[in-house]
Amino acid sequence: MLDVFMNVFTPSNVEFLAKGMVLTLTLSVSVVIISIIFGTILALLRTYEKRVFGKLAGFYIEMFRNTPLLLWILVCCFMIPYGTIVIRGGLALTLYTSAVIAEIVRGGLNSVAEGQFEAAKSQGFTLIQTLILIVLPQCFKSIIPSLLSQVITTVKDTSFLQVVAIPEYTRSGFVVMGRYTTTPEVFMIFALLAIGYFVICFSLSCVVRGYQKRSEIAR
Amino acid sequence: MKSSNPFALWRWEKMFGEWQMFGEGFLRTIEVAALALILALVLGIIFGVISTSNNKVMRGIARVYVEFFQNTPLVIQVFFMYNGLAIAGLRLSVFMIGVLGVGIYHGAYVSEVVKTGITSISVGQVEAAKSQGFTYIQYMRYIILPQTIKIILPPLTNQAVNLIKNTSVLAMISGFDLMYMADSWASSSLDYGPSYVFAGFLYFMLCFPLATWARKYEERLKRQDTARIPFEPSEEAVTC
Repeated sequence: MLDVFMNVFTPSNVEFLAKGMVLTLTLSVSVVIISIIFGTILALLRTYEKRVFGKLAGFYIEMFRNTPLLLWILVCCFMIPYGTIVIRGGLALTLYTSAVIAEIVRGGLNSVAEGQFEAAKSQGFTLIQTLILIVLPQCFKSIIPSLLSQVITTVKDTSFLQVVAIPEYTRSGFVVMGRYTTTPEVFMIFALLAIGYFVICFSLSCVVRGYQKRSEIAR
Repeated sequence: MKSSNPFALWRWEKMFGEWQMFGEGFLRTIEVAALALILALVLGIIFGVISTSNNKVMRGIARVYVEFFQNTPLVIQVFFMYNGLAIAGLRLSVFMIGVLGVGIYHGAYVSEVVKTGITSISVGQVEAAKSQGFTYIQYMRYIILPQTIKIILPPLTNQAVNLIKNTSVLAMISGFDLMYMADSWASSSLDYGPSYVFAGFLYFMLCFPLATWARKYEERLKRQDTARIPFEPSEEAVTC
C-alpha cells in the first residue's frame, strides 16, 4: 500500500494535478460570476419584457436548458475559430450555465411582491433604480441556496471539458493515469480525483444546508 | 464549386442521406435514458424512504450514497466504470455503463427529491396511520408516498430532463448514443454545423416537452394553493 502511495504521489504528479485543480477552480469561479450577470439580465428580460427581447431571452433559455452541455462544448471548441481552447470551453460552460441561472433568478423574481414596484414608483424611483435597489436584493436573498447548488453543479460540469483536452483536474488525472497499469495505482488516482471534487462540493453543500437551517430558524 | 459555408445546403443533404446513423444514436439515447430513469427512480425511492427512517445506520447509508454521488462528477464515475473496473477485471458493456452510471448518479438526486416530499407530509399522518395498525412499509406505501407524488412530480420531471441530457456523457466512452453518432459524423465528414444542429434538435425534442410540462404543472399547483375559495352565501342565509 505504501509503495503504491509513493509511486503515485511523486512531486511531478502532485504539481501537475495541482495545476489542474487551479484551472478547474479558476474556470468555475469565472464561469459562475459571468453566468450570474448574464443570467440575471436574461431573467429580467424574460420576466418584465414580454415583447421581442423577452421572447429572445425565453428562446435562449429553453434552447440551452434542453440540450446537453457536451453538445455546446463541442460546438464552441470545433466551430469557433477565435480564442484559446480554454476560453472556448469556458464560453460553452458560461452559455449553458447562464440559462440555468436565468431560470433560478426568474423563480426569485416571481417571489418578489408586485406591490414593491408600485411602492417604488410612488417614491419616484425609475425602473432601473427599482430593479437594482429594491427588487434584485430581495430576489437574490431568496435564491442563495439554489444558486450555491448551481455552483456545485458547475464545478462538477467543468469535468466535461476534459473531452476537448482542456487540462483541468479530471483531464490531468487521466493524463497521470495513463502512466500506470496496476489496479491499486489506477484506483488511487480515481480516488484522488473523486476526493478533490468531493472536498470542494461537499463543503459548498454544507454551506447551503447551514444557510437553509438558519433561514428556517429566522422564519 | 461547392460553398464552404459550414451550414451550406449540400452539407445538410449529405447528412440527411445518412439519417439512419442519427436514428440509431437517438434510439440508443432513448433506451439508455429510459432504463437509467427506472433505475434512478427505484434507487431514489428506496434511499429517499430510508433517509427518513428512525434507524441511524440506515440513515447513514442513505446519506453516504447521496453525498458521494452528488458531490463527484458523473464523468469520473463513468470513467471509473469504463477504465477502472476494466483494469480490475470487470468489463461492462458501454450500454450497461450508461444505464448504471447515469442511473446511480441521478438516483442520488431523486432520493433527495423523495426525501423532501416525505418530510413535507405532516407527522400527524404517520401517527394516525400507526394508531390504525399500519406497519412501516404499509403506511409508506398506502399513506405517505401517494401524497408526495403531487409535490415531487415537477422536480422529478426536471431530474428526468437532466438525466436525458447527461446520457450524452456516453459519447466520451464511445457509447454509440446520439451525441457520439453526431460527433463521429461531424469529424468524419467535417460537416460540423448540420450535424450538431440536428443532434441538438433531437435532444430538444426529447427534453422540451418534459420541461414545459413540469413548469406548467408547478405553476398550476401554486395557483391552486393560493386560490381563494369564493364566498357563496348558503340558501339559508339568503332566505333569512
